[in-house]
Amino acid sequence: MNEKPEKLIDKKGLRLDGRKTNELRPVKIEVGILPNADGSAYIEHGKNKILAGVFGPREMHPKHLSRPDRMVLRCRYRMAPFSVGERKSPAPSRREIELSKVIRESLEPSLFVEYYPRTGVDVFIEVLQADGGTRCASITAASLALADAGIPMRDLVVACAAGKVEDKVVLDLFDIEDKVGSADVPVAFMPNLNAVTLLQMDGILTPEEFEKAVAMAIDGCRKIYDLQKEALKKKYVILEQEEEVEK
Amino acid sequence: MPTYFEKKQLVTPGEMLAEGDYIAGSNTYKENSKIFASKIGLADCKNKQVNVVALRSFYFPKVGDIVIGTVKEVGFNGWTVNIRAPYTALLRASDVLSRPFKPQNDELSQVLGGGDLIVAKIASYDRAHDPQLTVGEPGLGKITRGQIIKVTPTKIPRVIGKKGSMISMIKQQTNCQIILGLNGVVLVTGKNPDDEVLALAAIQKIEDESHTSGLTDRITQFLKEEKEKTGGNKGE
Repeated sequence: MNEKPEKLIDKKGLRLDGRKTNELRPVKIEVGILPNADGSAYIEHGKNKILAGVFGPREMHPKHLSRPDRMVLRCRYRMAPFSVGERKSPAPSRREIELSKVIRESLEPSLFVEYYPRTGVDVFIEVLQADGGTRCASITAASLALADAGIPMRDLVVACAAGKVEDKVVLDLFDIEDKVGSADVPVAFMPNLNAVTLLQMDGILTPEEFEKAVAMAIDGCRKIYDLQKEALKKKYVILEQEEEVEK
Repeated sequence: MPTYFEKKQLVTPGEMLAEGDYIAGSNTYKENSKIFASKIGLADCKNKQVNVVALRSFYFPKVGDIVIGTVKEVGFNGWTVNIRAPYTALLRASDVLSRPFKPQNDELSQVLGGGDLIVAKIASYDRAHDPQLTVGEPGLGKITRGQIIKVTPTKIPRVIGKKGSMISMIKQQTNCQIILGLNGVVLVTGKNPDDEVLALAAIQKIEDESHTSGLTDRITQFLKEEKEKTGGNKGE
């Protein structure tokens, strides 16, 4: 895995894992799987495996961090030591701290923070297995966990990345494409409001390529959004079916 | 001015519910004359008001609510009480003693200690201050016996039922007194523990199946069956 592959996209236009350039990895989402948390979600996005748990709104500790006019959202993104090939030190790295901030800022616009002054909400994100695009999958899962906790929100936030590999704009990069490829554009999006809450870029793209990448990522977001809604509803639909059987 | 949902349809946060001349009710919000859901729940429309009955929620204090809380700490002139809300509630000593509190005469920890359960009413709450409780009304005060169960706060109306049909039915069937805390804590007191357990089981069943229809009938049936079972055991 550590060797650099020769070709990331073959002659047929297929990528290393057999996907087309505009194809997503398989996504599996479950909601409400941690009974000890107020809200929770689990996502498998390709080989990424991520857990998100939410506590709150509750009293803010330490108290000086609370704000008199709004609810404070705190996020912690963490990678398990076994989540990557080489053991990751369990101490929070620069990258994890930055991603925590980025995720918090992409979730905050979706919440009605001004409704619940002097309170705090904690979001814990644990990456159990990483394979590129963890921040996007984390945002998708964290937003679901917030909805599962019953925190009112404008819309679910969904995230997806696009990037450039071998001079081609592709959707949803995985680990090797991310490292060897030339650019990565993660986008977080609220589909019903048509609002972007996170837009980052690392690498070099021409303005045309950038626009294409963003459009592609938003398209990917819409597809994941459907899965997200389905996962949230699934918990309650199962019961309705059981009732029909009883009759 | 269309609505985009059927009655009692399951909706997710951000789903557009109606457009035009509608009023945003509970768990919805309005933006550019469009109404969206803000929680997962069942959508409903009455008199141009669009509501969502939330399936997942937390308790947020409101003045006048009856709540059941746990005493967290004994303070200098009152108690702090955990009412399962984002804020800790305060209960003043003078309110409980119904006379001015003098530290030289009264020992607070003998009136209410940490861990004691109380039924109380929210006397005041606003954005800037923590909720204050009062127990100066009949039916309020320290809980001395019975069992409690915790449910999601939004399901309390379902436990009550239409015009109290569900709750009165459970009371009648199990011979128990039931006090509903709007913060999602339910107190059941009966003549013997078996009755209490039965009432608790019924409430748990309501919580699990609250979003389905025909619930009152099923709970009635459930209670009757359970009673027959236990009645049969006693005979053996």
